[in-house]
Amino acid sequence: MTAGLRRRLLASFARRPSAGSWALVSPALLWLLLFFAVPLALLLGYSLMHRGTYGGVSPGFTLEHYRRFVDPLYLAVAGRTLGIALATTALCLLLGYPVAYGIARAGRWRNALLFLVILPFWTSFLVRTYAMIILLRESGVFNAVLQGLGVISAPLDLLYTPGAVLAGLVYGFLPFMILPIYASLERLDLSLLDAAEALGARPAARFRRVTLPLSLPGVAAGSLLVFIPALGSFLTPDLLGGAKTMMLGNLVQNQFGPARNWPFGAAISFALMGVVFVALLAWLRVRDREAAA
Amino acid sequence: MTEPGPIVEFRRVSKSFGDTRAVDAVSFAVHRGEFFSLLGPSGCGKTTTLRLLAGFEAPDPDGGEVRIEGEVVNFRRPYERRIGMVFQNYALFPHLSVERNVAFGLEEHRVPRTEIPGRVERALRLVRLAPATFARRKPHQLSGGQRQRVALARALVLEPAILLLDEPLGAIDLKLRKEMQLELKALNRELGMTFVYVTHDQEEALAMSDRIAVMSEARIAQLGTPAEVYENPRTEFVAGFIGEANLLEGTAGKRESGEGGCWGVAPRDGPSFLVPHHPAISEGATVRIAVRPEWLDLFAPGSVPPGENALPGTVLDVVYLGETMHVVVALDELRRVRVALRNEGQLVNPLPWRRGGAVMVAWRPEDCQLLELE
Repeated sequence: MTAGLRRRLLASFARRPSAGSWALVSPALLWLLLFFAVPLALLLGYSLMHRGTYGGVSPGFTLEHYRRFVDPLYLAVAGRTLGIALATTALCLLLGYPVAYGIARAGRWRNALLFLVILPFWTSFLVRTYAMIILLRESGVFNAVLQGLGVISAPLDLLYTPGAVLAGLVYGFLPFMILPIYASLERLDLSLLDAAEALGARPAARFRRVTLPLSLPGVAAGSLLVFIPALGSFLTPDLLGGAKTMMLGNLVQNQFGPARNWPFGAAISFALMGVVFVALLAWLRVRDREAAA
Repeated sequence: MTEPGPIVEFRRVSKSFGDTRAVDAVSFAVHRGEFFSLLGPSGCGKTTTLRLLAGFEAPDPDGGEVRIEGEVVNFRRPYERRIGMVFQNYALFPHLSVERNVAFGLEEHRVPRTEIPGRVERALRLVRLAPATFARRKPHQLSGGQRQRVALARALVLEPAILLLDEPLGAIDLKLRKEMQLELKALNRELGMTFVYVTHDQEEALAMSDRIAVMSEARIAQLGTPAEVYENPRTEFVAGFIGEANLLEGTAGKRESGEGGCWGVAPRDGPSFLVPHHPAISEGATVRIAVRPEWLDLFAPGSVPPGENALPGTVLDVVYLGETMHVVVALDELRRVRVALRNEGQLVNPLPWRRGGAVMVAWRPEDCQLLELE
């Protein structure tokens, strides 16, 4: 736990909430308790019990499922998942930062451009992923165009590859990267750039020494918003990756579905949560440093 | 060496934003080492003028010439102009400590690493910030006045030829502001550096400047020393913007005979008054004058010294201002004048004027300023 986090937790305990504030938060607390804490506790319990013959669990205590996860077979899936999630985050950052920067400097076009960024959310993620299939499949739009132009003679294998999964994830999560970075760039006081210029900074130096460091909180928030759902994604690899690009999400789905090994599925879920927790702590650390700055 | 000309020169410089002309054919020159102020209400073009000088804006095509050290610099970037700038809201880099803020410009100018700490320390001492206490603080840990000092050190450390200051004291409380005014003026003298200072505060401009350019509606309304613009305002705008002014208007009648004979000026209502001769006055012309409140005096009816202009009126209000007392007098339904009298102690020696009392407002004919009709 970072020093800042500990300080803030202590501070929140030191302030005793009044009866009124309890009344205000109790519906939300009840909701969280019923639909978050209880299922989570169940999941933790399941991950430590024996497997039931027809799904479900049978009573007992064992660490066997966590031990099983350390098998190279599953670690490979975990490694691939981590790799794809990191690659998705990096690509979203590379593509998203310039877009966010452009929108923040777009003057009166700003709102129209922001609207375009949010527009994909109006359609179901499932439908958008199917649209990717139409683009990428053997007889799909990309292959047809490339063949029509004579760039290739035989269709390329685009669909059911790690590249297709990556493309699908980047497409789906890009707005989550753009929006927080845009928010931090839009807040940037432009007189700071004037000050830097008066002190001799050329455009590249102004970006490196002023704009970039001051937009880091947005970068951190965006990266987290992309990395966490990418890590747990199962729909995109399921549809675009086929069986060859299994991610942890698919593995979990499998254990609760066809494989009927609930405890193992629960154990994998908990391992995944561990990774997310580490990412969150890293983000809090960046924010603490920002708050101190 | 060549004859040193003005360090800054604007020759009919214009700058438009869309259809709005922010600066309209402005010409002026700033002398080496001078404390030069651009004074005016918000939207008068003073900040745009400063940004044109800094290089953040370029004049319109055919928009005249901005010269620094005799060279046309219309399209040079700020870092090619040897200027330093202090911004209205300080514009300190929030993610950098005080010393890193001050070192920023030195690093960008590729000053050898070994020299930087020494120069940063000297700059901080120059603005009276103890390096040991402040060097490692972040801007948000400083008070407004301290931030302003850091911004000043950050600009001064590069030893610019010209320091540009854009309302640098606007966000600081009154007492500290007065202190900083004196310090800035002292810095200007000690360093021999040219200061160009933008402000909307006329008192501040009068207190600090060698010369003031009073701006109004994208043009310079008057340029002169503080005494010239205060005691010799050319237009109603300048008279009203710098200090307080009582405006009186009338039609010129006959001129007194003899050398230096005054003109008799008749207002629409009430008795006429005398205005010293000026080539712009001719019989039948409209004459408008400004009289500063402290140039006016009050007398009981019938006791006005001979030779003084006197207009009868009724006391509307007596305002206690500490150093001075202001008496507001109604000359008629429309015309009000403000008379400033020295406060000689209201507890021991109170003013004899009471609200509703009849008084004579008097001034010597030469104690007025003829205004140009705009």
